[in-house]
Amino acid sequence: MSIATPTQNPQSYLAAQERWRPVEIVFWLAALLPFVLFPDYLTLASQIAITGLFALSLDLILGYAGIVSLGHAAFFGIGAYTAGVLTKYGWGEPITGLLISAAVAALAGYLSSLVIARFRHLALIMITLGLGLLLHEIANSAHWLTGGSDGLQGMQVWPLLGMFKFDLYGYTAYTYSLIVLLIVFVMARRLIHSPFGLALRGIRENWTRMPAIGANRQAHIRKIYTIAAAMAGVAGALLAQTVGTVSLEAISFGRSADVLVMLVLGGAGRLYGGIVGAMIFMIARDQFSGIAPQYWYFWIGLLLIAVVMLLPNGVLGGLSALINRWRSRS
Amino acid sequence: MRGSHILSAGAALLLATATAQAADTIKIGLIMPYSGIFADTSTQMDGGVKLYLQQHGDTVAGKKIEIIRRDAGGVAPDVAKRLAQELVVRDKVDILAGFVLTPNAMAASDVSAQASKPLVIMNAATSIITTKSPYSVRVSMTLPQVVTPLGEWAAKQGIKNVFTMVSDYGPGIDAEQAFQKAFKAANGEVLGSVRMPVNNPDFSPYVQKAKDSNAQSVFVFIPAGTQPAAIMKAFVDRGMTPDKVKILASGELTDDSALKNLDNSAVGVITAYHYDHSHKSALNETFVKDYRAANKGENPNLLAVGGYDGMHLIYEVIKKTGGKVDGASFIAAAKGMSWESPRGTIAIDPETRDIIQTMYIRRLESVNGKLQNVEFDKAERVKDPVKAAMSK
Repeated sequence: MSIATPTQNPQSYLAAQERWRPVEIVFWLAALLPFVLFPDYLTLASQIAITGLFALSLDLILGYAGIVSLGHAAFFGIGAYTAGVLTKYGWGEPITGLLISAAVAALAGYLSSLVIARFRHLALIMITLGLGLLLHEIANSAHWLTGGSDGLQGMQVWPLLGMFKFDLYGYTAYTYSLIVLLIVFVMARRLIHSPFGLALRGIRENWTRMPAIGANRQAHIRKIYTIAAAMAGVAGALLAQTVGTVSLEAISFGRSADVLVMLVLGGAGRLYGGIVGAMIFMIARDQFSGIAPQYWYFWIGLLLIAVVMLLPNGVLGGLSALINRWRSRS
Repeated sequence: MRGSHILSAGAALLLATATAQAADTIKIGLIMPYSGIFADTSTQMDGGVKLYLQQHGDTVAGKKIEIIRRDAGGVAPDVAKRLAQELVVRDKVDILAGFVLTPNAMAASDVSAQASKPLVIMNAATSIITTKSPYSVRVSMTLPQVVTPLGEWAAKQGIKNVFTMVSDYGPGIDAEQAFQKAFKAANGEVLGSVRMPVNNPDFSPYVQKAKDSNAQSVFVFIPAGTQPAAIMKAFVDRGMTPDKVKILASGELTDDSALKNLDNSAVGVITAYHYDHSHKSALNETFVKDYRAANKGENPNLLAVGGYDGMHLIYEVIKKTGGKVDGASFIAAAKGMSWESPRGTIAIDPETRDIIQTMYIRRLESVNGKLQNVEFDKAERVKDPVKAAMSK
């Protein structure tokens, strides 16, 4: 995350960032462990992968471009409802469903980016919050289409690739979610380590200077906002397809807030921050609520306060600070 | 750099180890919103479950009953479905039960159908839920089951026309449609209707509309809690007191949580419901007394009765089948079963697996200085009208 030193030329800086590190390969191999070690937890694992993907999409706009959003669930919800409505009305093929949902969410993202790109900080919080609430209310009143507060019913998701049914143990769900997460992650990684990604970080760091050095700030923000919306839509569609229903909760303020918390927990502005945050949050939630169904929120709250106080840059930020200190000492 | 989270994940996952299932134990997985804004509903429902276990012991037909509780935390079908899956594959539960909220019950029904596990719905009240799994059974109610008899009753009393006011969400719309249908079928006239926002509504403009319609009666459906006091105040402010206009509602309007905020101006409101703690029967008296003793003097409501009756159904089925609780045996035994509940005699419809029960028509009265729903009429053996219409 360090900004390039003046002596290094940009091409070699980006190329060095682009290289896959051994620990990343270990990370993705470890993602296969649940199949062997915790086959009873595959459904949870698949929902973690989906939430991680959603958090990654928020990271692109919040962590890299500095666009604060309290309404990112709008795109998650649009993706989920698109996938849901498609399967309900006869097109149950998951992969094309995913692509169509991404396209619809991207369109919504593009349209709202026309407004988003003009504002910053507090105004952005208000606008994204307002857009999120607006869409939530639309989904509630479009009862005939979304099922309103009863949730969308009658989804028939076809087997994946025509072969793999979504089973009770969650083998298909986890395999499917993990592969989609990996593909989207690789794309996001490539994007972040491109000159475009570097420009985004420039916009985050100095909003007024970027146009001065020739970067079209608004166009960049529109682009990344649209991409992030499409990714959030994919995550929503994945959830809809693996769960087989969509509720208003998919598009609620609560989901926007949760994903923000997860991202901050893991570390914003780091590719793995969202995924790690989703892992910690959801595993902690699963374990705490298993022990005390009434009072688990207390422990989650305590965990969040502890992380934010002790590790202001999230778990990954704390880890990399530790490693840097250890390296400079040896 | 970023490897250590794998260890933390592994450690956390190891915390929960699958337990081997003993053959003489029957496990029940309860899924309810124990945390969040719906936590009160779970307190009531779980209170009913606990009371039943306390009164009847945790062993039935030689089988020990073990309860595993899971928190769905509000409207979250994805969480509810995952919890149901995990309860089935990891905790090896035999029966899924609970369910306050419709979307959660629907999502868990998929698991019930896929894994052939019985699913006992103790509250969620949308008609179609029971059609999602052939192994589900409901012991609570459906909203049309409550308001259809009310519509018929109102027309029979000579009420010629009505103005309906409902909250603009699933249950409100269901209530509006069922009431209007029943009232119109009995030659009543609907002069107008409004749908009001679910969250923090200002009722005055809607009440004004109702007044302008000059309807003889008003039908109201809003969520229990603080809203009933607000809408009653709006009625009183505009002179629409129950002695001038008949105010008809489903029991949520005069639920215990609402009565705390209502005053004598609400006396005369007419509601239909399947349970109130003031219902007169020997069984209900013990039920209310024991429930209060176990819950700091709190009165049981429909959710507590749902939990209680759900457990009763499970116990009776286990007795009847001698402990066979696979989906098919459970449902075969549950179909047509009839028993005395604190709310009166109830039965499971053999065709729809939904509940058949008595709907009481009550008038809100001041009894010894306290507001109380006094039953004065009833409709017996009411089935869910929506599914009855489907099968025709």
